[in-house]
Amino acid sequence: MPGAISQWFSAGDYLLALPMILLSIFALGILLIDLMLPPEWKSINAWTAGIGLAFSTAAVIRIHLAYARAGQGVLSYTGFMGSMMVDRFAIYFFYLFLVGAGIAILMSAHYLEIERENHGEFYALILFSVVGMMCMAAGFDIVLIFIGLELMAISTYVLVGFLRSDRRSNEAALKYLLLGAFSSGIFAYGLSLLYGLTGSTNLQLIGEHLATHMRENPHDPIAILALVTTSTGLFFKIAAIPFHQWAPDAYEGAPTSITGFMSVAVKAAGWAMLLRIFLSGLYPMRPIYVPLLVFVAIATMTGANLAALTQNNLKRLLAYSSIAHVGYMLLGLIAGSSTTPSATGIQGILVYLLVYTFMNLGAFAVITSLRRRDVIGDEIDDIAGLITRAPAEAVLMLIFLLSLAGIPPLAGFYGKYFIFLSLIETGHYQLAAVAVLYAVFGLYYYMRIANAMFMRKAVDTRPVTLSPAMATALAITGIATVGIGIFPDLFIRAAGWSLSIAQPLQLTSLFH
Amino acid sequence: MLHLILFSVFAVIAVAGALNLLVQRHPISSALSLIVVMGSLAVEYLLLGAEFVAAIQVIIYAGAIMVLFVFVIMLLNAGVEERTKGSKVALILGFPAMLVGGLLVAWVLLRAPNVGSVNVGAMYGPPKAIGWLLFHDFLLPFEVTSVLVLIAIMGAVVLASPVRSRFSRPQPEPERQALKAAAGTEPAHEETVTARRSS
Repeated sequence: MPGAISQWFSAGDYLLALPMILLSIFALGILLIDLMLPPEWKSINAWTAGIGLAFSTAAVIRIHLAYARAGQGVLSYTGFMGSMMVDRFAIYFFYLFLVGAGIAILMSAHYLEIERENHGEFYALILFSVVGMMCMAAGFDIVLIFIGLELMAISTYVLVGFLRSDRRSNEAALKYLLLGAFSSGIFAYGLSLLYGLTGSTNLQLIGEHLATHMRENPHDPIAILALVTTSTGLFFKIAAIPFHQWAPDAYEGAPTSITGFMSVAVKAAGWAMLLRIFLSGLYPMRPIYVPLLVFVAIATMTGANLAALTQNNLKRLLAYSSIAHVGYMLLGLIAGSSTTPSATGIQGILVYLLVYTFMNLGAFAVITSLRRRDVIGDEIDDIAGLITRAPAEAVLMLIFLLSLAGIPPLAGFYGKYFIFLSLIETGHYQLAAVAVLYAVFGLYYYMRIANAMFMRKAVDTRPVTLSPAMATALAITGIATVGIGIFPDLFIRAAGWSLSIAQPLQLTSLFH
Repeated sequence: MLHLILFSVFAVIAVAGALNLLVQRHPISSALSLIVVMGSLAVEYLLLGAEFVAAIQVIIYAGAIMVLFVFVIMLLNAGVEERTKGSKVALILGFPAMLVGGLLVAWVLLRAPNVGSVNVGAMYGPPKAIGWLLFHDFLLPFEVTSVLVLIAIMGAVVLASPVRSRFSRPQPEPERQALKAAAGTEPAHEETVTARRSS
């Protein structure tokens, strides 16, 4: 409850952690059950993971209901001595992670059998990484955020290298591990400087101390050093240029379903952490970090869109496209005056992450379904003539691609719409113009894939077979991509509801 | 003043140990240099007044973990590391960049006004204060850390276990018999590695 924090733990604390506790229990259960399963029954692991996600979702709904009952005034519940804050923002991200993980599991079930790597550990790692993501989204203490980040990252390193007989997968995992560990080190250094500056690990206290510090000493070099190192770590985790080098390699080598999972859920967790730190801990430094963000956003849009033009590997192309999307999303954080972020911009980022989850997972689901025993299926040539081999899939892929390009009335349009709207509202006309220009570049490389699917002859004419789980994943993502585009109201309101993070003024009043 | 001198001396020893760790070519020498680093870090903690952390550092890191390290290195009979011709770019750009970066950070930190230190709780680091922090203020991060350690162990097992182990999918029974008869050995997945993988 907002108010004085009790000195002792209560049931409320554990309710807030319940989604994570349930996921951990189910992940441990999978590890135990997997030992007893004969090889033909391995699909039970996927079911167990799905049930775990369902239970966790139920727990999130229970917390959500507590907000509904408490009425409009209550914006956040804190637990565990203020180290965790499950506010509306965190709940929004909880749903996002659970949906992303659920669809990734649906995509994985049959794929792992083809790769002959169908082990329970895979699903356990996915669930554990969701626990880490929840710590990142709900962490209000930099210790918890950092440990959550490591939990997610280490699970992902292992998942990327899960295809042990595939050299690309091994190489990707090693590169990702080395660069990830390096960036975590820089990030931890920045956090330790923040702790040294403010004497606290709680984001709210860091914000308050930093505000007085910046008033007394607006260009303190240590504060700037802390800001630069912390944001380097954050940019690394969301793969913004110039800290993106790991992304194309890791995305290409990882099992395709994990590439999808990384590009949505892992990225959303990085964004949750970035928004939390920039908007609650570092908000007094906004005049300093906005120019930094402008540089990174422009570099990201330029570099990623140009690099994507020449890619022939579908996974690599979508990796660069996902970097480009990060560039657009960063614009939402830039929008606003030099001291306060624009609420529309933050809402735009949240909407963007939601629609991106569905459309990108959908595109990766189509690529995953092209995998066979003898065909990897991730080159542009493999998707050529898909319309004759699997008409329904080809049409779905076209929908996902158009949505990624931001064509109305599909879901992807609303993500870009809000970002550009916030830029124009707050007078950043040049940035909006640049972003629109790059969106046109995006259209070109998405249409290259579409061109291959519809205009070129198939190299391999065998029809594509879909497992029931994959069909479900495609149906969910397809319906969501079209549905959000046609009825955007509900989702935009959901993103608006979760905006508890946007205003620093509101943030300082949370505890009292 | 004596504090400052001792602190600086052990800081230099720690950094020198870390450098030696990288330079040495035999794993045992590297592991022993790591013990020097851990030991001098323990002295640093002690000088900062964190007696409990210093003791734990010696017992767990310099003691238990390093013994395990040395033990594993001996067990694997790891040989002398071979030098590869590292990237020229790393040599030409990397070292000067590191030097400049390090000096820049040092300059910023040294020039800063009113640099101070923060105590752990009301006192320096006695066990009670640390226990209170660990199991009260930071209970949730502490619990999540246990999951993190579990993940690390599990990840190592998943990645390091042999590819054709009990995990992999066995051949259907008749096929297996036939293969056994033909080769006289346990069948392996010949077709697992796909044709286009190598490209």
